[in-house]
Amino acid sequence: MNISKIIFKNNFYFFLILFIISGSVSAAEGTTFKNQKPGFSFEGPFGKFDKESLKRGYQVYSEVCSACHGMKQLSFRNLSQPGGPEFSVEKVKAIASGYSIIDGTNEYGEPIERSMVLTDRFPKPYSSKDEAKAANNGAYPPDLSLIVKARVDGYNYLYSLLNGYEEEIPEDLDIGDLSYNPWFPGGAIAMYQPLYDESVEYEDGTIATIDQMSYDVTNFLAWAAEPTMEERKKLGFIVMGFLFIFLILMYLSVNRLFKDVH
Amino acid sequence: MTDTTDNQDPSRRDFLYITTAVFGATGAASLAWPLIDQLNPSASVSALSSIEADISSIPEGGSLKVAWRGKPIFIRRRTKEEIEIAEKEDSLDLPHPEKDLDRVKNKEWLVVVGVCTHLGCIPIADSGDFGGWFCPCHGSHYDISGRIRKGPAPTNLEVPPYEFVNENIIKIG
Amino acid sequence: MNHDYQYTPKNGFSKWLDKRLPLMRFADENLLSFPTPKNLNYFYTFGFILTMCLVTQIITGIVLAMHYVPNTLLAFDSIEHIMRDVNYGWLIRYTHSNGASMFFLAVFIHMFRGLYYGSYKEPREIIWILGVVIFLLMIITGFMGYVLPWGQMSFWGATVITNLVATIPVIGEPVLTLLLGGYSVDNPTLNRFFSLHYLLPFVIFGVVILHIWALHVTGNNNPTGIEVKDSKDTISFHPYYTVKDLFAYIVFLLMFCYFIFYNPNILGHPDNYIEADPMLTPAHIVPEWYLLPFYAILRAVPDKLMGVLLMFGSIVVLFFLPWLDTMKVKSARYRPLYKIFFLLFVVSCLLLGYLGAKAPEGIYLFLSRVSTIYYFAFFLVIMPVLSRIEKPLPMPIGISNSALDNSVYDSGDGIASGAPSYAMDSVNRH
Repeated sequence: MNISKIIFKNNFYFFLILFIISGSVSAAEGTTFKNQKPGFSFEGPFGKFDKESLKRGYQVYSEVCSACHGMKQLSFRNLSQPGGPEFSVEKVKAIASGYSIIDGTNEYGEPIERSMVLTDRFPKPYSSKDEAKAANNGAYPPDLSLIVKARVDGYNYLYSLLNGYEEEIPEDLDIGDLSYNPWFPGGAIAMYQPLYDESVEYEDGTIATIDQMSYDVTNFLAWAAEPTMEERKKLGFIVMGFLFIFLILMYLSVNRLFKDVH
Repeated sequence: MTDTTDNQDPSRRDFLYITTAVFGATGAASLAWPLIDQLNPSASVSALSSIEADISSIPEGGSLKVAWRGKPIFIRRRTKEEIEIAEKEDSLDLPHPEKDLDRVKNKEWLVVVGVCTHLGCIPIADSGDFGGWFCPCHGSHYDISGRIRKGPAPTNLEVPPYEFVNENIIKIG
Repeated sequence: MNHDYQYTPKNGFSKWLDKRLPLMRFADENLLSFPTPKNLNYFYTFGFILTMCLVTQIITGIVLAMHYVPNTLLAFDSIEHIMRDVNYGWLIRYTHSNGASMFFLAVFIHMFRGLYYGSYKEPREIIWILGVVIFLLMIITGFMGYVLPWGQMSFWGATVITNLVATIPVIGEPVLTLLLGGYSVDNPTLNRFFSLHYLLPFVIFGVVILHIWALHVTGNNNPTGIEVKDSKDTISFHPYYTVKDLFAYIVFLLMFCYFIFYNPNILGHPDNYIEADPMLTPAHIVPEWYLLPFYAILRAVPDKLMGVLLMFGSIVVLFFLPWLDTMKVKSARYRPLYKIFFLLFVVSCLLLGYLGAKAPEGIYLFLSRVSTIYYFAFFLVIMPVLSRIEKPLPMPIGISNSALDNSVYDSGDGIASGAPSYAMDSVNRH
């Protein structure tokens, strides 16, 4: 059997599986509209994060979203590590010290409050899920650490959602006191529109339109869900390259060996 | 077994097989690295490999105990008398001779790892016969420079790597 | 089986060891000089690929277990710790999760190969049965492993499937409580699933040893389905099949690495990146893709208990294959009718997989039922019937001898029934 048949056979099964799971994927969707695809720099096999966009995205998160949404998987030190927004260590220390945390008790048994440091996790907006629900009309604002991986076509969905609030509600849809967003499954979303033009004044001077902020914060959240993405794709290139060369060597070896088998 | 005839040029054939084998061995060896490296401290553990301690509220003669890499660190603000004693005792016949000046960056502040160099218990402050620490496990006495004076401990209390970030903060590690 | 080749220890140490523990002899006879049919095609490389998959899962699994915490409060976070903080943790985790998919992909191809070439037939019944045992153990291991991240799908998949136990009359409920260690899937369940998930792969490894041992007693089957007659039909396993297996494995690895490095989450479900919430059921509960066909069979049946019985029955029926298909001609290459029904069977399996992810209503439910009926009919009706009535194509005398074997058609008077003579190059046919 020659190599093209093997690759064809393996690819055949691969696409078959993709076909099968695409069924499960579309069954889990429920979005009314198809996601907009603005194109992110991290997409594709050689994708990399746009660091400036990540920095702006963090600003949007910390000034707008963090009031209700936690990101408990992230620590401040992640903001300065390679592969992410890569703020300087001093800048991150300064950001962290703006938040405080109860840590331990003093000699009288009273709780000690101190300012946060690099090794602390991002501050929690609420102390419990119940408190979060009570403060938000019974709807729990999900933790955003993994939101991009927890939704089908996560980053395009998020971008469309944040951009997609609409004033006019379709006649046949009863949404009570929720907001209307055609990208949210069912259309009725408990989160009020979070972004308006100039909600944030970007430190680097970029004009903060809703579109720009949606794009930047989605970028940031995509990084937050998978901070090792750049390392993954880089190692992938090396490994696949090695395997291809090895494949050729093995192919030649097999052919050479079997030439004398009749 | 089926006759397998060898009518290829042996050296070219061998070269291919050898190259392939070397390639394969390199691949297999490089597989080992991630499996070994994952045993090394993770990023969250490495991040805690240095800590900052705020010493601004320690009075003269007072001390602070902080945890660094899972071990206690004694930070002691020494009085003038204590510093004098420590320096005078440099010339004594010490079990582990070390000058006090070599053990501190700022004479007012002694920073040592609070683990007895004998078998690892934590010595008690302000006790023992030499004005420093006493280890209750096997009776080692340390002086106000953290040096072993009496007992089974072989060496002085370890001085960790540290620096003064400013006059209020010491960074250890 | 060829016994004229003998291992002879070459140097002093080998002679010394051979008298005390014949490791080298064992390795030589089973791995190096083992006589293997010379016409094996690439479908026969999946045994090695599967062994590599098992080794990969065990090694990555042991490493993950150094960092994972099997407690409901910490499990999800410990996996994020692995992904974010442990050196190369993301690589080891993605290798393990995608490796499970690759393992099942390989095992399906391996089983389809067995069905096509009649590798389950006499004298290889035990190899096949051990194989089905391995398959069952793989499913249980994979199911428990998927619970460990404690995501929404982990929790709710576990809830749905363990609840099936309760459908057994009389003993169902107490057995369920015993399995769960409580009244719902919770910490005791998670902890014991972790322990068993660590254990079972080593049980699988033991059964694999038996599986290969049984294979070495009878010798490999081959694409013609005609048994090896003499040493002209075989070549030594090393270097021919060691190199060929390795080549096939590299092709397989390329696909595996594509998933790990460029699309590590496509085979999974996004809901499993949401922490398990016993108070909130996801919109659609679906298992991993390799369990979808069984899920489809389960939901195709209107009665809950019957659904469970048929779901397990779909695997149990495999145990009886050697006695359901008794036709002496092994390989589908020479069975034109069987070939058609086999291809339909493959289609029905793929269709069941597709339908397992769809809501069981309307056309999807109808097709699930049709496919389930065909699945069982293939084994319980078609195979026995074909065993009796099928006329095989003209077959060669042997692996090496491409002259036709007319004894199949011999009516007794020595005159061949006019089968055309084909020149068959048995090495390169598929």
